[in-house]
Amino acid sequence: MLGANGAGKTTTLRAISGTVSRSGTIELDGKILKGGPEVAAKSGIAHVPEGRGTFVELTVLENLRLGAYTRRDRDVKADITRVGEYFPWMVERGGQRAGTLSGGEQQMLALGRALMSRPRLLLLDEPSLGLAPLIVREFFRIVRELNEKEGLTVLVVEQDARIALRASQRAYVLEVGRVALTGTSDELQGDESIRRSYLGY
Amino acid sequence: MLVAAAFDFSDFMQQVVSGLASGGIYALLALALVIIHRSTGVINFAQGEMATLSAYIAWTLIVNHGWSYWPAFVVTLALSFAGGIGIHRAVIRPVERGSVLRIVIVTIGLLVAINGFVIWKWGGEPQQLQGPFGTKTYDLGGVVVAAHDIGTIAVALGIVGLLWLFFRFTKVGLALRAAAVNPEEARLVGVRVTWMLALGWGLAATLGAVAGMLTAPTVGLDPQMMQAVLIYAFAAAVLGGIDSPIGAVVGGLLLGVLLNMLSYLSQYGAFDWFTEELRLPAALLIILAVLLVRPTGIFGRPEVKRV
Amino acid sequence: MTPRTQRLIGFVAFAAFVVFVAVLPAFVSDFKARDYSYVGIYLIALLGLNILTGYTGQISLGHGAFMAIGGYTTAILMAGNEEFGGPISGGMKDVWTLPIAGLVAGLVGLAFGIPALRLSGLYLALATFAIAVAMPSTVKRFEEFTGGGSGIQLFGTPELTGSISNVEILGVSLTPNDWMYYLAWSIALVAFAVAWLILRGRTGRAFRAVRDSETAAVSSGVSLARYKTLAFGISAAYAGVAGGLFAIASAFVNPDAFPIALSIYLLVGIVVGGLGGLSGLVFGAIFIFYLPLWAQGQDLGSLLPDRIIVETQKPGGAAIVYGVILILLMFVIPNGVGGLFRRVGQLISNRRYSRPK
Repeated sequence: MLGANGAGKTTTLRAISGTVSRSGTIELDGKILKGGPEVAAKSGIAHVPEGRGTFVELTVLENLRLGAYTRRDRDVKADITRVGEYFPWMVERGGQRAGTLSGGEQQMLALGRALMSRPRLLLLDEPSLGLAPLIVREFFRIVRELNEKEGLTVLVVEQDARIALRASQRAYVLEVGRVALTGTSDELQGDESIRRSYLGY
Repeated sequence: MLVAAAFDFSDFMQQVVSGLASGGIYALLALALVIIHRSTGVINFAQGEMATLSAYIAWTLIVNHGWSYWPAFVVTLALSFAGGIGIHRAVIRPVERGSVLRIVIVTIGLLVAINGFVIWKWGGEPQQLQGPFGTKTYDLGGVVVAAHDIGTIAVALGIVGLLWLFFRFTKVGLALRAAAVNPEEARLVGVRVTWMLALGWGLAATLGAVAGMLTAPTVGLDPQMMQAVLIYAFAAAVLGGIDSPIGAVVGGLLLGVLLNMLSYLSQYGAFDWFTEELRLPAALLIILAVLLVRPTGIFGRPEVKRV
Repeated sequence: MTPRTQRLIGFVAFAAFVVFVAVLPAFVSDFKARDYSYVGIYLIALLGLNILTGYTGQISLGHGAFMAIGGYTTAILMAGNEEFGGPISGGMKDVWTLPIAGLVAGLVGLAFGIPALRLSGLYLALATFAIAVAMPSTVKRFEEFTGGGSGIQLFGTPELTGSISNVEILGVSLTPNDWMYYLAWSIALVAFAVAWLILRGRTGRAFRAVRDSETAAVSSGVSLARYKTLAFGISAAYAGVAGGLFAIASAFVNPDAFPIALSIYLLVGIVVGGLGGLSGLVFGAIFIFYLPLWAQGQDLGSLLPDRIIVETQKPGGAAIVYGVILILLMFVIPNGVGGLFRRVGQLISNRRYSRPK
């Protein structure tokens, strides 16, 4: 999801996860979502808000355990191992306080925590904000891998249109609260006039 | 003048042990204050009165209904837990979004109302609530300690330990901590934050109940019995850092011993200006001094504000 | 409403209130006048506390202690403390002690404001609370100055104006109770006007800036240290004058006249009156003086069933009513009476704007 500041990208994500009040209906797998973020989390939506959604006072491992909060089964250990395959350092430095991690590590931890809930839909809000380009690339590589290998649906809001289009299949361009344009990411990337007028590169 | 009488080591140790016992009680109540402060952001002025009410409930069960101590203890804790949750749902939650002072005033209203209720229901005269540990004393290598003191220390430390395990290793404990430090984020991972806050109030009420039941045997059960203890618990919580559970425990024990030391030393002629009346001011002065050196208490971390 | 008409309405309301205060004793019993003088005294203390807490954002749970300082200053200057072995011989007329009571409390407040700079929020609240808690026992300990636990008796001393006989002033003869009423309320009204003058100008803006964002205030060139300690000083001076009047009105001071509960009720008073406003504080003062009496069911005879009235008259019953009312008030008027005023004002002015021409 692309668009200028104030277009309503973050608000869209918040409406989906129920952190803002909304009208109309939102369906996931044909089921209408009702209620606040607790319900959305339970139905399989993991929302990583802008600005490193981690509990800075808790340790890395505790952040991961919290990710699995909505799950009843006892397979949390196995999932930590699974997340550890993507991010080995999280297991090695599980006792470290999240607040002492670097910005990039915190963003990764937020992703890892979201994965712990075994989501069906992952919402990412501006994950590249304030991170070095190299780390952003690594982050999107992992997101793409999750999408391809595990079939996880990801809706990402991004300022950096170039990297977002490269990582995604479909794109929506928002303009003052409405979808101004939609198409496959390749189409949008390929069309020079769209790139000029909407994406600015 | 300094040390006029002979210094007696076993006497000194006795003072330390009884200081630890009262410190354990301060620690429990301070811990209750810290739990509520972390989750609701206020000092619960009614914490002492809630504890007094719990102690009266235990007394009614034991004296009027003839229960034995430990079943009454457990039932009182359960009732207090439910009561804490009830208080949060009924009177705290409706004002939670308002200014901090508004919640503070509500807790003051609770203080007044609960105190009034205790007097209305049971009268103002002091009652006797026996402790579970009897009045025996033990001689440990020349140091004579009261069974009640040892029992108090054991119960206090035991409860603190259980609480630590709960917060550290259980899913609910983790969720409670998450809800306290970052409620918005906690909701996103599916934690029902309002229930967690209610649970915090329940836990605080339970801790207070233990403190109340341990206080009553030594000072006598009366409607005002927890008021001084609450002030010491404030002091202990501030000393340790109002957001630090470990700080509350250390602060409580430290304060208990420190206060006993002051009285003890004044007996020996050191600090001969120190009289019993100055016990409270002296304690508070020490805390003011600590605060001026470390404005966030011993274990507190400075608050980071986003502008 | 333009700010100018708003200010005009304010002036008219204040003038009307002054007239109301001036004629009130003519319509009530002499005994009631003394009660009302306590309302005026509380108003002075609340004005001071609101400057500190409502306008500058520093919570004080210890203002009763500053009142105690003022009260003892007045009492010692009047009666002296030689009879307990102290150095002061007394002999000052009651009214003249009040500026000194304000000054002494204000200086202590300034002095306390400096270390308080290092503390914020709850820590400050607890530090001030500590002062209030420590006050009674400290007063008892330094007996030769304060008369210890039995306090200082002022009743019948020549320094106390109108302790038994009527007071002649400006050719009018006032009963002792009416005299006390007019003394307390003239000072309260002056205190109100002074508070308004302080808060409307540069200083008031600086106070509010400190309250709303310390960081923003500092970056706009407001000196935190100066304005926080200043707020403490002014606020304590108000409390000191209120304490002095309190001593005169009771003709007696002792440590129990200024308990911790007093400090807490002052805080209750400003929250009920409305933080960051002045006019609502009159209701805050009425509230903290009358609710304890009212809660005993004295004037409720016709409102509630007898059974409940009987219960509230048992020991403890009044406190239950008091506590419950306090809680309910916070539900119903979250911003105090002052907030209620502002909302009504907004409703009226909004309707004006939306009326079609």
